[in-house]
Amino acid sequence: MAASNENLKDMIGQEYKDGFVTDIESESFPPGLNEDTIRAISAKKDEPEFLLEWRLEAYRHWLTMEHPEWAFVEFPKIDFQEISYYSAPKSMADGPKSLDEVDPELISTYNKLGIPLEEQMRLAGVAVDAVFDSVSVATTFKDKLYEAGVIFCSFSEAVKEQPELIKQYLGTVVSQYDNFYAALNAAVFSDGSFVYIPKGVRCPMELSTYFRINAANTGQFERTLIIADEGSHVSYLEGCTAPMRDENQLHAAVVELVILKDAEIKYSTVQNWYPGDENGVGGIYNFVTKRAECREDNAKVSWTQVETGSAITWKYPSVVLKGDNSIGEFYSVALTNNYQQADTGTKMIHHGKNTSSTIISKGISAGHGQNTYRGLVKIGRKAEGARNYTQCDSLLMGDQCGAHTFPYIETKNPSATIEHEASTSKISEDQLFYCMQRGISAEDAVSMIVNGFCKEVFKELPMEFAVEAQALLGISLEGSVG
Amino acid sequence: MLKIEDLHVSVEGKEILRGINLEIGAGEVHAIMGPNGSGKSTLSYILAGREGYDITKGRVLFNGKDLLEMSVEERAWAGVFLAFQYPVEVPGVSNIYFLKAALNGIRKYEGLSELDAMDFIATVKGKMKELDMDEKFLYRAVNEGFSGGEKKRNEILQMSVLEPSLCVLDETDSGLDIDALQIVAEGVNRLRDPKRSFVLITHYQRLLDYIKPDFVHVLAHGKVVKSGGPELALELEEQGYAWVDEKKAS
Repeated sequence: MAASNENLKDMIGQEYKDGFVTDIESESFPPGLNEDTIRAISAKKDEPEFLLEWRLEAYRHWLTMEHPEWAFVEFPKIDFQEISYYSAPKSMADGPKSLDEVDPELISTYNKLGIPLEEQMRLAGVAVDAVFDSVSVATTFKDKLYEAGVIFCSFSEAVKEQPELIKQYLGTVVSQYDNFYAALNAAVFSDGSFVYIPKGVRCPMELSTYFRINAANTGQFERTLIIADEGSHVSYLEGCTAPMRDENQLHAAVVELVILKDAEIKYSTVQNWYPGDENGVGGIYNFVTKRAECREDNAKVSWTQVETGSAITWKYPSVVLKGDNSIGEFYSVALTNNYQQADTGTKMIHHGKNTSSTIISKGISAGHGQNTYRGLVKIGRKAEGARNYTQCDSLLMGDQCGAHTFPYIETKNPSATIEHEASTSKISEDQLFYCMQRGISAEDAVSMIVNGFCKEVFKELPMEFAVEAQALLGISLEGSVG
Repeated sequence: MLKIEDLHVSVEGKEILRGINLEIGAGEVHAIMGPNGSGKSTLSYILAGREGYDITKGRVLFNGKDLLEMSVEERAWAGVFLAFQYPVEVPGVSNIYFLKAALNGIRKYEGLSELDAMDFIATVKGKMKELDMDEKFLYRAVNEGFSGGEKKRNEILQMSVLEPSLCVLDETDSGLDIDALQIVAEGVNRLRDPKRSFVLITHYQRLLDYIKPDFVHVLAHGKVVKSGGPELALELEEQGYAWVDEKKAS
């Protein structure tokens, strides 16, 4: 389909629209990592002793660890001494008490990204925590949520105001020794969001965190902890963007979800970190550990991710199904265009009886993009009646890209039911021609076909974000090969 | 409406159409018949603008404009519609969404505003009823899992919603049982209009029992070897296509 390839290539290559830099005075630590760096971060945040100790234990363990090499991604060795581990706008140093005291430059940054922080301008049903480099700038609707008993604040604030909850739950899903990047994160994490939904409460609004990397040469090490107490329910969304820069930047986050009896967390991600340019220069390394634990009976968690950004995406939002009858779901769309690489998927670890998990993964590769699905379904000895359904589809656009699938299944219980379906397809010339013959432009046709391919995942996203995700997919594919 | 002049088309160096001349006036129905491999489908693809063909000679005028210079979408916007021999499946895209996108593409070209969703659905539902199509087809993915007959009916539905001025039907009768054929033919007949022209590409005379053509052309070896009225189709039915080869031999 050489001729239509040309048509598609000619289509306007829209630039990464969130690639601007906020001109703001920042306080950044000089590059380098040692125990003093960690003490300094901890001191900056005025942390209790136990947390500093926890960080240092993680760091000491990290020093003994080897960089993992098993993923299907390629990048030059990262020099961890060349990264700055803390950067915050100077204006945040005094700890502004309300939005009125926050630097207008920061507020306008979020306005530009379409995330107004003034509550009256927000979509009525969504509260936002805005994280800029290493600090949380503002959290909206905090008071209103507090009335409902919901705690939604920055991680740093939670450390100060809810030390008991932090002590009780931090590192209980992803330990500070879990893996190379999780250990690094535990040592140097700066900020992120904290959510606690008390017993029996259905969170009255959607919660969201918007992560923005702005400063150059810094790493962002966010840490998010969400606890859904018995019978509670919350829907949470995270969004991510970064400026266009020629050098790669590291984003190594850890997200822990704890779900207790009869509770449910719905966690959605629209990841649009800067992906690098069309020659593969620059972009974010998005190396993230996300895990949920259905700790008690009838707990349910659902991960939905739309990954269109980042030079490299390397993550497996996972679920440990401990409680009987607990449910884990993973819905993913990962798109790689130009020279982007993704090695993503999930792990479903079944321990409880009659636990069930669903995995729907849609990988789209265009340009020279490499897209890997890697998933583990593990059924423990006691997981009587466990069930898993996995569906894993790849869509290729052009002949320079790749799609790879590595499903792992381990079962120790003969009563388990495991289903796996996989497909690989191309956008065919027939489909494009058919749509265009009906008066749908090539560009709209590609976006329609791709959105159709992703439909099962998009329908899991909260309404307003589904629209955003569809638009994002259209933009990310512009100028790509059909 | 449509004027094809000395059209020569090759695929990978092999000449498929060798000098087609055809003139189709507004409101006329032309049937193009011929044996397999005569170039019938190629002609339909050339009119719709499919890639992969070398037009080595000739021109095609559509309402006085050079059709071959226009892109696939531009032709659709200008009123050229091709009912596919093998309608394509578009998984995950609902029929209603697809129809709406297509119609709005055309309306945009005509400088009209997008259609109101309620009006649109009401119009489409009315047309579906005429084609004996269940409303549930609106919410199913385009052609996905449709039977052969359902796919063809869906093509006619699209045609009746988009209201093109030139309808090219490529072997729409193939794979249809007699009931489905009747429904499809009635759908086409309802669309007959002094301002709308049809090109019916078919192998068999059967379709022409239900849609009466004004002219019949026989295509063989890339050329129109005979043109006439509806009686020519009956003649073909009796004699088969063998005489076409004889004609070539002589």
